[in-house]
Amino acid sequence: MSELDTGAVAEQIAQSDQINEPAATPELGRPRRRKEDARLLTGRTRWTDNLTRPGLLHVVFLRSPMAHARITRVDVSGARGLPGVVAAFSGQDFADEQGSLPCAWPVSEDIVIPDHPPMAVSEVRYVGEAVACVIATDRYKAADALEAIEVDYEPLPAVLDMEEALTDGSPKVHEAGNKAFSTKIVSGDVEAAFRDAPVVIERTFRQQRLIPSAMEPRAVLADTDGDTFTVWTSTQIPHVLRVMLAVVTGIPEHRLRVVAPDVGGGFGSKLQVTAEEVLCLLLARRLGRAVKWTESRSEGNLTVHHGRDQLQRLRLAADADGRLRGLRVDLLADMGAYLMLVTPGVPMLGAAMFNAIYKMDAYEFACTGVFTTKMPTDAYRGAGRPEATFGIERMMDELAAELGVDPLEVRRRNWIRHEEFPYTTIAGLTYDSGNYEAATDKALSMFGYDKLRAEQADRRDRGDPVQLGIGVSTYTEMCGLAPSRLLGESNYGAGGWEHGSIRMLPTGKVEVITGTSPHGQGHVTSWSQIVADSLGVPFEDVTVLHGDTAISHKGMDTYGSRSLVVGGIAVLRACDKVKDKARTLAAHLLECSPDDLEFAAGAFKVRGTDAQRTIQELAYAAFTAHDLPEGVEARLDADATFDPDNYSFPHGTHLCAVEVDTETGMVRIRSYVAVDDVGKVVNPLIVEGQVHGGIAQGVAQALYEEAVYDADGNLLTTTMADYLLPSAADLPTFQLDRTETPATSNPLGVKGVGEAGTIASTPAVVNAVVDALRPSGVRDVEMPCTPERVWRALEGARR
Amino acid sequence: MIPAQFEYVRPDSLAEASQVLAEDEDAKVLAGGQSLLPLLRLRLAYPSKLVDVGRLAELRGVHDRGDHVYIGALTTHDEVMRSEAVNDGCPLVALATAHVADRAIRHRGTFGGSLAHADPAGDLPAVVLALDGVFVARSAGGEREIPAAEFFVDYLENALDAGEILAGVRIPKLGPGWGFHYEKFHRTAQAWAIVGVAAAVRRSNGSIAEARIGLTNMGSTPVRAHAAEAALQGAELGDQVRRACEEAAADTEPPADLHGRPDYRRHLARVLTHRAVRAATGTP
Ligand SMILES: Cc1cc2nc3c(=O)[nH]c(=O)nc-3n(C[C@H](O)[C@H](O)[C@H](O)COP(=O)(O)OP(=O)(O)OC[C@H]3O[C@@H](n4cnc5c(N)ncnc54)[C@H](O)[C@@H]3O)c2cc1C
Repeated sequence: MSELDTGAVAEQIAQSDQINEPAATPELGRPRRRKEDARLLTGRTRWTDNLTRPGLLHVVFLRSPMAHARITRVDVSGARGLPGVVAAFSGQDFADEQGSLPCAWPVSEDIVIPDHPPMAVSEVRYVGEAVACVIATDRYKAADALEAIEVDYEPLPAVLDMEEALTDGSPKVHEAGNKAFSTKIVSGDVEAAFRDAPVVIERTFRQQRLIPSAMEPRAVLADTDGDTFTVWTSTQIPHVLRVMLAVVTGIPEHRLRVVAPDVGGGFGSKLQVTAEEVLCLLLARRLGRAVKWTESRSEGNLTVHHGRDQLQRLRLAADADGRLRGLRVDLLADMGAYLMLVTPGVPMLGAAMFNAIYKMDAYEFACTGVFTTKMPTDAYRGAGRPEATFGIERMMDELAAELGVDPLEVRRRNWIRHEEFPYTTIAGLTYDSGNYEAATDKALSMFGYDKLRAEQADRRDRGDPVQLGIGVSTYTEMCGLAPSRLLGESNYGAGGWEHGSIRMLPTGKVEVITGTSPHGQGHVTSWSQIVADSLGVPFEDVTVLHGDTAISHKGMDTYGSRSLVVGGIAVLRACDKVKDKARTLAAHLLECSPDDLEFAAGAFKVRGTDAQRTIQELAYAAFTAHDLPEGVEARLDADATFDPDNYSFPHGTHLCAVEVDTETGMVRIRSYVAVDDVGKVVNPLIVEGQVHGGIAQGVAQALYEEAVYDADGNLLTTTMADYLLPSAADLPTFQLDRTETPATSNPLGVKGVGEAGTIASTPAVVNAVVDALRPSGVRDVEMPCTPERVWRALEGARR
Repeated sequence: MIPAQFEYVRPDSLAEASQVLAEDEDAKVLAGGQSLLPLLRLRLAYPSKLVDVGRLAELRGVHDRGDHVYIGALTTHDEVMRSEAVNDGCPLVALATAHVADRAIRHRGTFGGSLAHADPAGDLPAVVLALDGVFVARSAGGEREIPAAEFFVDYLENALDAGEILAGVRIPKLGPGWGFHYEKFHRTAQAWAIVGVAAAVRRSNGSIAEARIGLTNMGSTPVRAHAAEAALQGAELGDQVRRACEEAAADTEPPADLHGRPDYRRHLARVLTHRAVRAATGTP
């Protein structure tokens, strides 16, 4: 085989971008191929694990095999003399300097935030917690030496079940007890809503524990020149991390640089301040050398923060015609052993979302966070909102079944009508815009709803061993995590603004610096499109810098579908400032009033004449500074921040048809339609990609994924043979379309799309599975709906 | 992957390979590495030496030998699937091999490695067992034949002695009138079988003259569904066959794991055997 010429391949990919029309066509809405891809696909990447430094050392961690135990002795001396070993340490060796991993979201007054040492010193509280480490000249020697470390544990009882954990006699995870916090939100007269209600439905759903499974495992590289420190890490949040690492380690912020090089996915799992990040930095400080850690997939399954894990008790009251009167939500949320960066905030992100798109008279949300001896949970794609959406969308189907009404009809009777926007919900959020009717109508016609219902009836009549089920999910979500004011009211430890800068280079090219930190989302492409339109420069002339606190000095990073909605707008605002400066300069050079100038296609033109200066000419004029007006700087560059005054609320209708083999319990998705309303679209290809991945992850929760601990608190799903992820071969062709109701909270009218697919799809699939089995008497199947669970549900109903 | 340290040797002859293995009982044969390397990665195996047999041409290739097909141990899954001799002489092997893992793994993993690994969840052991294959082992002492029924000793344990290398397997050809099917039940496309059923069935008019059923992942070794085989003999297509397949899980001790508890696996064995037999006999 001939050598792959990666250069030529990259060139080809770059040129295969067919769209090469003049800049007069708006970039917004254009399906641009991603600028990032040629480099990523040809392996010219900078994953943290690919990076090296002179004299690099490798660290591996010894991890607790016990769910809960006192550490009575750690002896690392056996590792110290082995070949290649530079050092070995136990938690005791870090006790005085390692601080406590931060929790930045104390959601309630009664919250208990236990000390969380990056390396366990006296007690371990989950399998996988680091207890010692070896630093060696290569990873293999370090891993070998790890086996020479001796640790004595005095077992303590594991705490695994949330309900048991809250009983009086339960062993404790932390001295203060197993309750992390409790909150309650009440709106309207809940008692009255339930009193004499003709229909009351009560269900308990379990949100299983999930493992985020980013394609790129985590890796950290820390180095120092004796004065300053640099941490390269596979993170979503270089800016937040820098602040937090400074606080935790005491290294002054101005001497600490954090770089997120290429990052291969996060889904929330890299929205974290990890033990390994802190420890690598401490090791670099202690040893004065560069230290790298790269996790293995199994290590990652144990110690990347997990997602979901809630027990949801829901009660819904309705009138006989299906009109909703009230909803009561009672959650237990498994925190795992510690509160990490936003652990307690995750269920709270669903607090105002269970009511979803529906109108009702009263609403109550209660949540208790519970400690268990498992890996801590934290943000995972959707964070809080998938749980809420699942709960309410399952309940709407149950209500429909109870009333014998079509599930879409029940929803129609309750949803906010398009003419009612803006609408303040029972939970207190103001939805700025939306059109649930339009999205649903479109989805219905694409899906062939009536035909599928007819086929379903036919299969039921025939007693076909393969039954058909149809699932509906008319979701909304709150995203674009921003309004700093609202985040402050919820006691979140940071703001929600975003920062963007524009640098006009002398040759007229444009450098964008963004505070968002893309890890697969394509910001380089989308931001280029925004800037190209705003400044009237070619798409190809724009480059985007990100993910390095030395370059992008300000930012709040990427999570919560916030990047475009907040960060994209910050970039747009910076463009406006550039144009203001350019207008002043153009007016000076053209000897006219700034008001006489009109800006179009990248040039300021004196109205009614041919006299003009292009933005590129003006950039050069600012650079030479030979002839600047009074008070104008020698640059057109500008910075801006943006902090919208509301969240954004994407919505849509997802319809799923499944075939359930009642003999084996196997579920196969036959067709899937998603009509999403994510507002205005910058790049339809990227939006589709986000929706595809999102649906795949939501389907995965419904059918495949589950982190399982055994009765002793050992994680059983440490490999991909046990923790099943679907691949393309397991998923149907998604039929996608959109409606476009612009958001009113930002000038582009965009809403955010990163989480929508995940939030919407899980209930659509489970509703379909239950719909297929309902005639057999099945009312619920716990997630993931594995063949065995489906079969057992049927067996249970047959008895 | 961070395995513990091991030595690596690549002998030029089978004799040399077998000598290395005889001298060091902690040495292991390395074929395609698709089962061995994952064990090393997880530090579940600590071999002192890997004896790479990858260059031993005599272990490779498929030969039609009249009454049987001889498949060299080193033949990759992909080569097996494409082999005319296999497709003509023992089509069940080709059918089942198409279900093994994914394309990339099928290009590296070998027929012999799959069998020597003796994983009851592997797709090929049950197939070779159902077809009464004969294993050919070679060592310094010469050649030895091991019938399939004796080859799979226990979970990940085969009947090869120290110093013995699996050279190949003889798969007896079944005459005309036989139909075949491999029914694999798994949750995702690339996952291992929760249960698999290999069926070879000879039809005679409206009933079954003879059936051989091998079960994947229904015990610590691949097993034959003897009770179902007996019940199928002479069964008329239709209800009688369905009832006979109810015997498929008799005397099995299937494992319990995250993908299924034993009662579910037994249930699956019955359903899947029925499906496999129907497919093998071409009946709906
Ligand atoms: C992700 C993944 C999915 C898979 N899915 C499936 C599946 O669905 N179904 C399935 O059946 N298999 C599956 N496999 C396993 C695959 O079929 C392997 O090819 C096979 O199990 C081992 O063959 P190998 O040549 O790679 O053997 P190796 O890994 O090299 O060796 C396996 C064992 O056999 C021994 N061995 C190998 N050759 C000989 C020989 N000639 N003589 C004596 N001992 C020998 C080795 O010492 C070792 O103990 C999967 C593997 C992977 C990695």
